[in-house]
Amino acid sequence: MDLNTALRELRLLDYLRLLWGDAPWVEPVLDLISIITVSTFCLLIVIFLIWLERKVIARMQDRIGPNRVGGKFGLLQTVADVLKLLTKEAITPVGADWVAYNLAPFLIVMTALLMWAVMPFAPTWIGVDLNIAVFYVLSISSVSVVCLLLAGWGSNNKYALLGAFRAVAQLVSYEVPMVLSLIVPIILARSMSLIGISEAQVLPFALLVPVSAVIFYISALAETGRTPFDLLEAESEIVAGFHVEYGGMKFGMFFLAEFISTLFMSSLFATIYLGGYRFVLGELFNPNYTTGNLAGILIFFIKTFLVYFVFIWIRATFPRIRIDQMLNFNWKFLVPWTLVLVLVVALLDRLVADSGWTVRTLAHLSSNIVIALIALGFARRRAAREKLFEEEFGVAEEIARPMILGSDGHDDHEHDHETHGQPAPAHD
Amino acid sequence: MTIFIPGQQGDSVQELTVEELRNKIGTGMEIESEDNMLLSMGPQHPSTHGVLRLLVELDGERVVNLAPDIGFLHTGIEKNMEAKTYTKALVMTDRMDYLSPMSNNLGYILAIEKLLGIEAPPRAQAIRTILVELARIGSHLVWLGTHALDLAAMTVFLYCFREREYILDIFEMVSGQRMMVSYFRPGGVWRDVPAEFEPQMRKFLKFMPSRIADYEGLLKKNPIFMKRTKEVGYISGEDAISWGLTGPSLRGSGVDWDIRKVYPYLLYDQLDFDVPVYNEGDVYARYLCRMDEMRESLRIIQQVMDNMPDGPVNSDDRKVVPPPRAELGRSMEAVIHHFKLWTEGFKAPEGFVKVSIESPRGEFMTYLRGDGGPKPARVHFRTPSYVNLAALPTMSKDLYVADLVSIIGSIDIVLGEIDR
Amino acid sequence: MNVDYLMPYVPVAVLLGIALFLALLLPILSVSLGPKRPHFRKMQPYESGMTAVGKAQRRYPVKFYRVAVLFILFDIDIILIMPWAVALRDLGLFGLGAVMIFIAIFIIGDLWAWKKGLLEWD
Repeated sequence: MDLNTALRELRLLDYLRLLWGDAPWVEPVLDLISIITVSTFCLLIVIFLIWLERKVIARMQDRIGPNRVGGKFGLLQTVADVLKLLTKEAITPVGADWVAYNLAPFLIVMTALLMWAVMPFAPTWIGVDLNIAVFYVLSISSVSVVCLLLAGWGSNNKYALLGAFRAVAQLVSYEVPMVLSLIVPIILARSMSLIGISEAQVLPFALLVPVSAVIFYISALAETGRTPFDLLEAESEIVAGFHVEYGGMKFGMFFLAEFISTLFMSSLFATIYLGGYRFVLGELFNPNYTTGNLAGILIFFIKTFLVYFVFIWIRATFPRIRIDQMLNFNWKFLVPWTLVLVLVVALLDRLVADSGWTVRTLAHLSSNIVIALIALGFARRRAAREKLFEEEFGVAEEIARPMILGSDGHDDHEHDHETHGQPAPAHD
Repeated sequence: MTIFIPGQQGDSVQELTVEELRNKIGTGMEIESEDNMLLSMGPQHPSTHGVLRLLVELDGERVVNLAPDIGFLHTGIEKNMEAKTYTKALVMTDRMDYLSPMSNNLGYILAIEKLLGIEAPPRAQAIRTILVELARIGSHLVWLGTHALDLAAMTVFLYCFREREYILDIFEMVSGQRMMVSYFRPGGVWRDVPAEFEPQMRKFLKFMPSRIADYEGLLKKNPIFMKRTKEVGYISGEDAISWGLTGPSLRGSGVDWDIRKVYPYLLYDQLDFDVPVYNEGDVYARYLCRMDEMRESLRIIQQVMDNMPDGPVNSDDRKVVPPPRAELGRSMEAVIHHFKLWTEGFKAPEGFVKVSIESPRGEFMTYLRGDGGPKPARVHFRTPSYVNLAALPTMSKDLYVADLVSIIGSIDIVLGEIDR
Repeated sequence: MNVDYLMPYVPVAVLLGIALFLALLLPILSVSLGPKRPHFRKMQPYESGMTAVGKAQRRYPVKFYRVAVLFILFDIDIILIMPWAVALRDLGLFGLGAVMIFIAIFIIGDLWAWKKGLLEWD
């Protein structure tokens, strides 16, 4: 392989490996190079991504979006923003816990960057192919809860504290269906390495187990705190949530981390459910087709941006849900049905393990559709029951409760206090 | 800044800064439990629609107690009006409900006309009806946008403001001003509408129904929006009446009360329109009410546009209405009237009048007392936002902070009107 | 301890170093580039333009703990399922059946928590 092919196919590392032979220092140096590439790459993409999101959402809302800095399309807007944030004063508010307040943005940027180590951009373009990559991603991403907690607690601000309350309840809750839905592709791929999962997808898993994909997508929305799950920084309710007190680059770091992790979530979705860098159509028509590095990167980013585009689309369309609804949706709908899904997929995988792809696909797909239909049927029946209650008593259940317990709500509240800590009587 | 307020013992005087006074209002609220958190939402808060301050007692996320605190935008409009002639005081009414200045103008002008015993010619009445209904649509658009924005549906906000821009352009075309129009004058309107007015309005009437359908497409059947608004901020019809709610906030609770139907003014008794009433009494019912009202307003405008009378737009009562420019060169009398009206202003008889109109937010009542001189002796406005806000604690008891925001949006307050 | 198991994590450690560098660089740049004009008013915590009533660092309401405890119960057990998911085919029927029971207990647990009102948010 000469330098030209290496450059053309973006296989510089292989070229260097050939060039340098197998001296003991070669592998660590190559690792270092790839990891630096990965981290700078994701930062550059994020700069572009922020511009893209602003532009796309502006178009959806009948606006123009950034159009001043960096030419007609405002390409350098983000750079200008970063420069502006950098030249702002760094303050720590009175009464804030200095360590917690300053540690939070620092930690959150670190966690956001660390996740990228295992992301395969292309067949040989990966920081490190860990065999427990999914584990690694989940463990790193759950650190961000601690950051939000530190930020909200350390700010000495009530809005921030409310934001931290919400962040804990939300991020912690949606971690459960997210991890559960990830078990499904792991069962199908028999691997926790992201390359392993990509390679296992003859057909994208989104076609095989769409329910799992949808659940993962919803949880990813919640985990990154985007609309309709942007309760933790709900601007109209708690002003900016956990980062009210942050200004200048400290705010910028939260912002950066949020975008990096959103991009990461969409690329994780693209990798796990859409086949990552693999070009499925090409493989279907030509069995000998293998994706090169350049094509791999292109396909990977097309898929990632498609997923991200839906993030933006949802943000432009949906209102925000309330905290009790968010938790109810999670614990009463997502978690039980995801558990059922894991059960069914495991059983089915066992049953059709030795059959061909067609049979497996059809089996999984039909089971998924059946689960989705049953789950929606249950939800609909529940809604119908609530409606029946309303018709029978003339008022909604939620409104009726304080009326039954006490005339003006005060009694109801005291009653609440007595039962704090113990499970309250079930209302359903 | 220091102000003096009477202390506990009648004669002693306490010195307090405004801030201390504000916080006194805060700590004066009875806290139910020491574990609860006292939080002040506003005046600098994104969703209190201006400078409303709510002192909220929170148990986790639940609102236990709530005390609205107003007065941050007090500009002394009513008192200031006493120092101006009737005509000059008009500009101050624009600044109260700055989202529908046309309605304020109308309420005040109708009061003056009633005090003087004059009436505007038919064409002026028609123009007034069109513009007031247009202002209603414009105001409801801002309400819809900000209400949706409070619930984080950002796109609706921008769509609404796009259409409102069109309405403001029409206002600018007729009055020269986008917001502070002061277009209605005692005895008529400032001047006739320009020739482009009619095609512009026809265009508006043509595209607006589909735009309203667009907003509804984004919200009406959206499950999250319904979850956030249904059964939230409930107030019964009786409660609504005893709190004195008016406008869509009252009609959302099933009370059929619209000043345009009950005490018709302008051309409303000759027009065919419905008053949307919904029985649920929650935020969603108020939402449906306002959305339907926009459609009804379009119907009203359509009818008036189709039967637009010709003729003068000002009363020919020269003691009130200044003569047209062209007459000044020909008639000595006109010059005298012109001079009198623009220096001293017209004199109104002694006595008082009360005139109610249906502003986009509810019943807007003007109390006007004349003492025979050219300046009003007392002006007072019963503004709907002020009264509607009082019901907020009742509506939002034991709900979540997020619901509080949605309820504030649904009663559609304008702080300029509350504080005056 | 077998060092080979840790070898794949060397790049992760390197990335940790890079992330540390970047996360330190941003605040340091900001402190050195930004102005320093502290003021009493500027340093006050934000409470919608009013002086804060009471202190903000307070106890969490117990309901948030309930969610956190639920999470810990579920998450730890899910983490136990993940290695099983990888090795599902090699484990045979026993492995499948054992975890089926395990997951079934979970579903029952979730429903029980629901029935007991643990999932009611107020």
